[in-house]
Amino acid sequence: MLYAILCYHDEDHVGSWTKEQDAAVMSKLAVVQDKLTKQGRLGPVARLLPTTAATTLRKDDPPVVLDGPFAETKEQLLGFYVVDCNNLDEALDVARDLAKVNPGGAYEIRPVGMFTPGSIAT
Amino acid sequence: MTDTAWIDNALTSARPQAVGALLRYFRNLDTAEEAFQNACLRALKSWPQNGPPRDAAAWLIMVGRNVAIDDIRRGKKQAPLPEDEAISDLDDAEEALAERLDGSHYRDDILRLLFICCHPELPATQQIALALRVVSGLTVKQIARAFLVSEAAMEQRITRAKARVAEANVPFETPDAVARAERLAAVAAMIYLIFNEGYSASGDTAEIRKPLCEEAIRLARLLLRLFQSEAEIMGLTALLLLQHARAEARFDSDGAVILLDDQDRTRWNQKMIAEGLALIDKAMRHRRTGPYQIQAAIAALHARAATPEETDWTQIDLLYGALEIMQPSPVVTLNRAVAVSKVRGAEAALDMIEPLASQLSNYFHFFGVRGAFLMQLGRNDEAAVAFDRAIALANTSAEAAHIRMHLDRLQRDNQPRDVTAGK
Repeated sequence: MLYAILCYHDEDHVGSWTKEQDAAVMSKLAVVQDKLTKQGRLGPVARLLPTTAATTLRKDDPPVVLDGPFAETKEQLLGFYVVDCNNLDEALDVARDLAKVNPGGAYEIRPVGMFTPGSIAT
Repeated sequence: MTDTAWIDNALTSARPQAVGALLRYFRNLDTAEEAFQNACLRALKSWPQNGPPRDAAAWLIMVGRNVAIDDIRRGKKQAPLPEDEAISDLDDAEEALAERLDGSHYRDDILRLLFICCHPELPATQQIALALRVVSGLTVKQIARAFLVSEAAMEQRITRAKARVAEANVPFETPDAVARAERLAAVAAMIYLIFNEGYSASGDTAEIRKPLCEEAIRLARLLLRLFQSEAEIMGLTALLLLQHARAEARFDSDGAVILLDDQDRTRWNQKMIAEGLALIDKAMRHRRTGPYQIQAAIAALHARAATPEETDWTQIDLLYGALEIMQPSPVVTLNRAVAVSKVRGAEAALDMIEPLASQLSNYFHFFGVRGAFLMQLGRNDEAAVAFDRAIALANTSAEAAHIRMHLDRLQRDNQPRDVTAGK
């Protein structure tokens, strides 16, 4: 079974780390990740940019683009995609295509700051 | 992380919202600050034992308000009591509080708190000092250090600014759309001032003044979270991030300035660049361009170039052209001329800045740039005159040292010619 581990924290708090503190946390995390990588058990890992960089596509008909992160509480996170796009407009086009075939709810589009593709042994 | 570090962080994050709400409640900045201070003291006692509240700001507003009201009722308060109308408000306090905490008000609370610091009669340095004290909650000692002045002098500066603000009577009603836009613009300008206060530091003080840049970025992000669809606030945040991304590469180990072309670009902070680029991308979709977005777009073109040669100077020239129309200023034209010199050569650039001479006759950068153009054209004697003038006008020792380097090179180049020229 594959498990997704979703990371939640106060972004003000994490954002206030100094470069050194941030680097220290990342290097400690790297140790844990390395172990999983060697075992062929680590899939993609992403660190997202702050929510101020987020855009939300509400999957209404027609879809509505809103600035900012997904803020409703009555819907739950059910899945995610990572797509390679040149800019936000391209990412929104992808989200619109997905929305057409799967209406309802919303997509939050958030730029990825750091990404490792990972490799899971099959 | 220790308890106190966690609490410290939470209090700092909650401060703008809590002080903003308390200010709306008490309509007096000193009372609001004192109420917040008292609430923080209680938090330090209560939170380690009872655990952190779910909503730190709401907790601090409630406790701060109650403590202040108790003080007023007991008549213990040394500060002048609030106006009668403020006290009569207390009866329906619960209702007002419930309304406030639903989040619809706190945008305007924080905006008001920032806005009162931008009173047009306050000189820029006082605006910044006041914002850092009241909104960011830095201590007078920390602010004094960043401004390189004594604590007593900074204390006095802040006290004066507060007195001025108290007389200003900023309205407490929820602002309409026009008033809100005006406040937003004033606050954005002040945040940019805070940033520049840190960014214009010389090499020997850059490290001490860096917190000013970081605080400006924090405030810009705060503002953007409150006003998520404001393209210019996206632009401002992007601009600050893209400029600050170069902080590590701007000075050498002796504190001398390293120009953009000579900076080690591997030392630029890629995380900040990524965030800045994402924000401009987002802003562009609104097609409501403005000066911050344009300046951010210029900074983005520099950030995107892996080497100086790859810089898209043609595009930068166009962007400065747009900025000139939007915000005509000799300084903008001067900056544009640097782009022009790369695209069309020093001669064209020099023609562009000559008409600015009278307006910028006391501006260090004008003579630095003029000297550089003249040097490129081989007009070394004229260049030396311009550089001499620049040194006389330099704001920091690092600026002067940088120009002196050019002068030394000119002198080396000139010597053989002087000898052969004879009499």
